[in-house]
Amino acid sequence: MTHTLPTRPRSWRDWLTTPEITSSRQASAQRIYWGFVDFFGNPLAVVGLVIVLALIAMAAFAPVFATHDPIAQDLRNALSPPSAEHWFGTDDLGRDIYSRIVYGSRITLYIVVLVSIIVAPIGLVIGMASGYFGGWVDRVLMRVTDIFLSFPSLILALAFAAALGPGLENAVIAIALTAWPPIARLARAETLTVRGADYIAAARLSGASPLKMLMGYILPMCVPSVIVRITLNMSGIILTAASLGFLGLGAQPPSPEWGAMTSAGRRFMIDSWWVVTMPGSAILIVALAFNLFGDGLRDLFDPRRGS
Amino acid sequence: MLRLRPQVLSGGAFVASILVTLFGLLVLTFIIGRMMPVDPVLAIVGDEAPQSTYDRVYQQLGLDQPLYVQFFRFVSDVLRGDFGVALITGRPVIEDIIRVFPATIELGTVAILIGAGLGVPLGVAAAVRRDRISDHLIRFFSLIAYSTPVFWLGLMGLLVFYAYLGWSGGTGRVEIFYTGIVQPITGFLLIDSAATGQWDVFMSALRNIWLPALVLGLSSMAYIARMTRSFMLEQMGQEYVLTARIKGLPEKTVVWRHAFRNIRVQLVTIIALTYGGLLEGAVLIETVFSWPGFGSYLTSNLMIGDMNAVMACTLLVGLIFIGLNAVSDVLYRVFDPRTRTA
Repeated sequence: MTHTLPTRPRSWRDWLTTPEITSSRQASAQRIYWGFVDFFGNPLAVVGLVIVLALIAMAAFAPVFATHDPIAQDLRNALSPPSAEHWFGTDDLGRDIYSRIVYGSRITLYIVVLVSIIVAPIGLVIGMASGYFGGWVDRVLMRVTDIFLSFPSLILALAFAAALGPGLENAVIAIALTAWPPIARLARAETLTVRGADYIAAARLSGASPLKMLMGYILPMCVPSVIVRITLNMSGIILTAASLGFLGLGAQPPSPEWGAMTSAGRRFMIDSWWVVTMPGSAILIVALAFNLFGDGLRDLFDPRRGS
Repeated sequence: MLRLRPQVLSGGAFVASILVTLFGLLVLTFIIGRMMPVDPVLAIVGDEAPQSTYDRVYQQLGLDQPLYVQFFRFVSDVLRGDFGVALITGRPVIEDIIRVFPATIELGTVAILIGAGLGVPLGVAAAVRRDRISDHLIRFFSLIAYSTPVFWLGLMGLLVFYAYLGWSGGTGRVEIFYTGIVQPITGFLLIDSAATGQWDVFMSALRNIWLPALVLGLSSMAYIARMTRSFMLEQMGQEYVLTARIKGLPEKTVVWRHAFRNIRVQLVTIIALTYGGLLEGAVLIETVFSWPGFGSYLTSNLMIGDMNAVMACTLLVGLIFIGLNAVSDVLYRVFDPRTRTA
């Protein structure tokens, strides 16, 4: 059988870039491919992504990256400046600051991930219910959201953390309690835009329950923008967590939380610049990386981008 | 986030919505105050107290009453301005707050002057030079300002400008030597010392305030610059700008006399809301600079878990925010004819 095959794309690249799309699978593959091309065409976003990945690697393999035990004290070497032995110097108890920062990345990621996991469902449920049901449900839920938004988030988080008592878990709860309202607002706005769509009306006419409507038809529409928003919020979560740690309401010593390290180094700062400079720089770099990465993601998902 | 777009409501609905928010604020503060795991009775009587004393204090605090009665008591106390006695100072919380607040307002005012004074021109420049290198640089710097932990920036400022260069007077409002010399008239040290002609104190206060105010102002600068940029871009795309250009007006006139004029109301709103937002940064900056204001008062009460004082401070911040939001709504109504309803 020597049939001439229909003009088949010769390589993956052709299959991904040809304008003649033959299957829905190819269409979604192309969409992802062009998304990648766009994202990697934005150098700042790539830098952000690389730093975030490095942070994850550092947290996952902290014992490999660290040169010393993060909580082992060595009082003879207290406050020694950066050197070949101690890359970022040592703190007032002779602990290696570089190794503490490496282990501290675990705490930072723990807070960021946990807050996001708590906040996303709360914001989504409240926002979608508010937008989908409308009426008094909407009025009550949005009024509650407004009340939370009428506080600066750090001050509300401080008050919650003070009421719950200091500690890492309580800091996570306090931050989560203040971080959900913008997500709820966003989910509500997304719900309102799809609520009037024909496919929603069709699903409702075919007898789908409200729960099925929300989970099956509205939720998928809200998820992308909520993910982008949460990524952008992550730098804010990191800064709030560090601020709580700095004020002594977050992770407790001897845990190497970056904000608490900065706070502990204050007293020795004038003679030993590295004790506050190093952990603070770590916070700055990671927060900046999440901002850059989030900006890149937002450009990717923003339908108004002109490309 | 701050609410930026005003809701166009009728006067009655506007007042009602503020009242509902105020009520919500009270409920939220009450919940925070009741959430604490620490037993408030033990905090007063101590571990050693006999059961009878414990029970008496328990009743005096009204903790045996149902929650709604407790809430009613709380609200009536708040309305009378009674927030209880602060554990640190042994004086009524409300007196403490009135005493420390001018220091924070002074710091915040200098900070907002710096933030708006730099942020507005930068934002206009970025909009006019859209997509050129200076625009990207300004955007990148505002991104860095967003990502910097403000307490760390304060410490770095102290390290460089106090310890190494000696340009800053260090922590506190004035040098120790001058502390308490000036009788408070307004509570604003810069004004009081100038009014009484004590210029050496004035200079010392100035040396101490510029650094914390700059650090605090930088964070608001980034926000103000970004908002100014987007407001200006919106105007620069309008047809009246095109008309002005076609008429042959110099670019400077087009930008400042035409486009900028139309964003003034929006800018004032943003700056007013940012001014309130400075309270957030002030909590951290005042701690770093030992600035004896509202932020330091709040954090020192957080440390010892004095919930009376914490609740009062939280409530006050919420009140200030709701007030500023209301003021910005009113500003819009007065100055922007588009929001007037027939």
